[in-house]
This record gives sequence, C-alpha cells and structure tokens, in this order.
Amino acid sequence: MALQVELVSPERILYTGQAEMVICRTVGGGDIAFLTGHAPFIGALEIHEVRIKLVDGGEEKVAVHGGFVEVSHDVVTILSDVAELAGQIDVERARRAKETAEHDLRETHDADTEAALRRATLRLDLAS
Amino acid sequence: MAGGKERVLKRRIKSVESTKKITRAMELIAASRIVKAQQRVAAARPYSERITEVIHNLAAAGAGSSSPLLNPRDEVRTAGFVVVTADRGLAGGYNSSVIRTAERALQNEVAAGRDYSLVLLGKKAQSYFRFRGYRVDAAFSGFSEQPSYEDARVVAAEVMRRYEEGLVDRVDLVYTRFFSVGTQRVESRQFVPLDVAAVTDAPAEGPKADYEFEPSPDGILEQLLPRYVEARLFAAMLDAAASEHAARQRAMKSATDNAQELIKALTRVMNRARQESITTEIMEIVGGAEALAAAATATATE
Repeated sequence: MALQVELVSPERILYTGQAEMVICRTVGGGDIAFLTGHAPFIGALEIHEVRIKLVDGGEEKVAVHGGFVEVSHDVVTILSDVAELAGQIDVERARRAKETAEHDLRETHDADTEAALRRATLRLDLAS
Repeated sequence: MAGGKERVLKRRIKSVESTKKITRAMELIAASRIVKAQQRVAAARPYSERITEVIHNLAAAGAGSSSPLLNPRDEVRTAGFVVVTADRGLAGGYNSSVIRTAERALQNEVAAGRDYSLVLLGKKAQSYFRFRGYRVDAAFSGFSEQPSYEDARVVAAEVMRRYEEGLVDRVDLVYTRFFSVGTQRVESRQFVPLDVAAVTDAPAEGPKADYEFEPSPDGILEQLLPRYVEARLFAAMLDAAASEHAARQRAMKSATDNAQELIKALTRVMNRARQESITTEIMEIVGGAEALAAAATATATE
C-alpha cells in the first residue's frame, strides 16, 4: 500500500500520485516525514520544499510557499496557495525576484520582503 | 426622385448587418468563455472543499473559539458590502441586478441607523456608486472576466484589514452565482465574520479521527481562516465571471436575433419601395406613350 498524495492549489490540483514517503517542514515543528499508516495529522507548512518519494524510486520536489498538510487514512493532502513543482519553476523570474528582495532588504526590514527572499531562494534551490 | 427611399433603406440594412456581425462574434466569444470559466470553477472546488474539511477537523478538536474572524460582533455599527460586477457592459441585466441588490441592502442598513462601507469589484459597480454619490472605500477592477487567485487575495486582504481594524463590523458578499448556462442568480451572503454554524457544524461523517496538530490547533486555524476567506471570495469571483459570460452570451444572442428580424423587416419595406418606384415608372412610360399616340392620331385626322 502506498500513500495517496494530493497537492492542491486554489486554482487547480497541481499534482496527484502514489508515493512511498512525503517529507515536509511544519511551522515550529521541523521536518516531518509521512509513511503509510501515519496517525491523522494536520500541520501548517513553512516556506520550504516538500519531497515526495515516489513508489518507483524517483523523487518529486515541490516548492511550497506556506500552506497546510493533512494526513488521514494514508491520504496526504497538501494545501498551498503558492506551490510549484521543481520542473515548472521559472528560474529567470526567481533570480530577478531574489535580487529585488535582497536589494529591498538592504533598506528596509519587513516580514513581507523577507518572505519574498525566502520564496525566491527556495525556488532557485529546487530548480538547480 | 424614384429610388431615393430605396437607397436610404439599403444603407440602413447594411449598417444593421455589420452590427449583427459584431454581436454574433461577441456571442460566440462569450459562449466559448463560459466553458473555460466553468472549468475554472470546477478546478477551484477541491481546494475549498479540502480547506473546509480541515477547518471542520480543527473545530472538532476545539480550536477557534477566540478567532475574531469567527466571532460576530455584538453591535454592528458599520455594515460592509463586497459587490462583484463586471468591467464591461453589454451583458444584459447582469451588472444592474447585482448593483440593485447591493443598493437595496445598503439602503436597509442605512434605514436601520447603521453606517455602510463599500468594496467594489469591477468598473460597472464603481461608476454606478460613484455617480450616485456613495462613499466608496475600495475599488478593484481589471480582472472580472478572468480573476486569478492573486486578485482574490488582494481584495480579501483589504476586507480583512478593514474588519480587523474595526472599520466594519460585518461584511456581506453580493455576487452572481452560476447554476447553469441558463440560470444565474444574484446572491448576498455573509462573508466576514465567517458563518460559524456553516463552518463548524459539519455533517459529522462517522467518528472523527484523533488528529495530531502542529503547531497547535489554534495556531493552524489562525493561519487557515484567512486562506478560507480568500478561497471563498475567489470562488465567488469565478462564479461571477462564469455568470458574466453567460449573461453576455444571452444578451448578444438576442441582439443578433433582433438584428436579423430588423433586416427582414427593412428588406421587405425596401422591396416594396422598389416595386412601387418601378410601377410608377411604367405608369409614366405608358402614360407618356398614350399621350404621344393620342397626339399622333390627332395630327393624322387633321
């Protein structure tokens, strides 16, 4: 039995598939991995990658910019308003966003810009 | 002069024909967009269903009693309205019926001695309420036909900010709900604070699983509720977009039909005019020939 994984954004379902294991990072809780038979779980996600280890041994990486994960009955649902599969990331755009955010951070320090920098960095990490 | 009336009619028919071409094109465009808009409504559904489910589970774990987004204020001094309309007209009664519903609700609040606050989506609502001298607190436009989640997030953030700062005590959402291509209805729903009963009194499907939460149920709910508000607004905007296309398609279809009728009627009048002018011409020729013949016989007998 494998895990059923669903990655859902407000506009559409980004990804569905079977997986061996799902690893993500929750707010304040650190990394957590889900295997089949995991106890029901609801968590808020950090701006961090989510790794989906596929049944065939492959791995799908997803940039999740905040969101939620719900696990019950071997179904892992990831809800995120902004998420991208590693293969779909626009590297050029992420690089520009990172430069802008770094530039802004030199002048002001607010949470929004910091989050923007983290998102851009995450995108670049995953794409490379 | 013979043929004058006919020429005028011909010109009219030509102009109606070109109008018909335009309305026909708009009808076809709207029809193809309805399908796309419906697909977007369907594609957005899983997210809002899942998020509702998670909220149910959190509520079952006893979270959320303290969140301001869930608790109605004791005294409502300012009633807010989010009105979703289109940027463009030519959609039959689509815009006016939303605006009328919103204005009536607003008048009721004012009659009850409350203040109002308007957040408007779409150029049509803006021009209507501005022209009538209502105070518009925030207005957004440029995305009515194809709203993105980002648009919904911006609007929702503005609404929640006003609510949290106490500028409004309750916000209703007025939009057109899409049932089918043939049916759309204007709906007015409480938007913020969230309807506690609808959110938490879930149809309990069997015994709830014992969830683990990270961080705490309250911590998650605090982050989740704004997303839920956004998702609800987004769903309403998508419904409104689908309704807009459906209304426009209907309006343009009847415009095309009317143009066709008009062309038929005008062609008939034109044909009659032409026939008349031909008849007159023949009469004149016959009359003239007879007169000549009469004159010829007269000279011959002399």
